Amino acid sequence: MADHVGSLFLPGDLIQNLKESEATKKILLGPGLRQENDLILTSKPGILRFREPNVYWIDSPQKRYVPVKGDAVLGIVTQKMGDVFRVDVGASESATLPYIAFEGATKRNRPDVKVGDIVFARFSVANKDMEAELVCIDKHGRSNGMGVIRDGGFLHHCSINQVRKILNPENVLLKTLGKNMKFETAVGMNGRVWVKGRNINETIAIINALAVSEFMTNEQTLSMCKKLADSLAGF
Amino acid sequence: MSEKRQTANLSKNLLQMKFMQRSVLRIEEEKNAEERQRDIDDEHWVLDVPDLQQKEQKYRIEPSFVICENLNYGRMSFKGCNLEIEKIMAANNAEKEYEAARESERETEVNDQEMAKRYSTLIGIIAKKFTNKRGRNSQAGKEENGDGPQEAKRKVPKVFPDPPKPSTLQKVKKFLKPEDS
Repeated sequence: MADHVGSLFLPGDLIQNLKESEATKKILLGPGLRQENDLILTSKPGILRFREPNVYWIDSPQKRYVPVKGDAVLGIVTQKMGDVFRVDVGASESATLPYIAFEGATKRNRPDVKVGDIVFARFSVANKDMEAELVCIDKHGRSNGMGVIRDGGFLHHCSINQVRKILNPENVLLKTLGKNMKFETAVGMNGRVWVKGRNINETIAIINALAVSEFMTNEQTLSMCKKLADSLAGF
Repeated sequence: MSEKRQTANLSKNLLQMKFMQRSVLRIEEEKNAEERQRDIDDEHWVLDVPDLQQKEQKYRIEPSFVICENLNYGRMSFKGCNLEIEKIMAANNAEKEYEAARESERETEVNDQEMAKRYSTLIGIIAKKFTNKRGRNSQAGKEENGDGPQEAKRKVPKVFPDPPKPSTLQKVKKFLKPEDS
C-alpha cells in the first residue's frame, strides 16, 4: 500500500495491496501498469505514484510519445491527402486529421490548413493496432482552443515528463511567468510546447525558462522566474 | 425455380417410369440438401459450451496521464494575449473549483439518509408538541391542582404563536384565582 508508493519498480515487477476506492471498490490503473488475470504488473521502469482516492500509475521518464485517446497534442501537418491531413505528432506513426473535424467545417467549406502548419488537436482514435486519428473540435463541436496555430511563435520540443510537470495544477511555472509577461502557449502532451510572447526576446526567455525548469522545485522555479523578469525589465 | 416446380408437379406414375429415374434421383438429392441446410441454419453458429461467467472488473485501465495526474488543459494565455483562450481558461478553472468545492463539501455534508432520519424524528417531536398543546389545553380545563397551571404558564408562551397566547393565559388565570383564595 503506502510503502510501495514512491519506490522504484522495474518492468515485470508485481504490485500488491493496492488501495481501492471506498465507494466503488475499484482501482484505476494508469500508464505503466498492466493487469494480467488477477496480478498487477509494471510495464515501465519508474516510480509508483498514487493519487486519492484510487489512482495508481508509474512515473517514468519517456521521450517517445504514445498516442492516447483524448490527449491534446501539437502536430505538424506534413501532407494533404484528399479528405484528410497527415499530421506528425512525434509518435511512431503519423496521425490523420479529417478536414471535416474543424469548427465550422463542412464539405464545401474547407478549413484553411497548409502543409507545415502547426495544429493543436485531440486524439479521437488512439489504438495500438490502428492509425491514430485527430480532431480539432470537442464533443460539442466547438474548437475550444484547438485548430491551426498561426501568427508566429516558437515550437519547442521537450520531454513528456516536462510537459506533465508544467501542466500539473501544483506547478507554478506558467502562472508566475504569466504574471510578468504577456504570452500565449499551447502545450501538447506529446512533448511539444508552442509559445508566443509579445516579441521575440520574451518568447526566447519563456522557452529558456521552460527548458531549464525540468528538474526544478517550485521554489527554485519561483526564484528563477523572478530573476528572468528582472533581467527582462533591464535591472 | 421453374424447374423445381415442374418436378414437384410430376405425378407418381410418371416418376415410376424408367426414363424418369434420373430426375427422381435429382429430386431426392435436392430434398436431402434442403434438410441439411436447415440443420446448419439452426445450430451451426452456436458453440455448445457452458456460459462464461462475467466477473466484475475490479481494475480500470486508464492510459492517459491527463486523468491520472489531473493535468490542466494545455492551451493557455496570460495578460490578455488571446482573449478567446482566456475565456476558455476561466471556464475550465471555474469548473475545477466547483468540482473541488463539491468534493470538500461531500466530506462535511450530511448525507441523505441521515437527513431523512433526522427529519423523521423531528416530525415526531413537532407532532408531540402539538398533541401536548391540545392535550394540555383540555387538561388545563379539567385539572384543578397546583402545578398544572404553573407548567402551563411556563410552556404556553413557547409553544403558541402570538394570537392565541393571551386568551389561554387569561383562561388559566381565571381558573387559578378561585382555587388559591
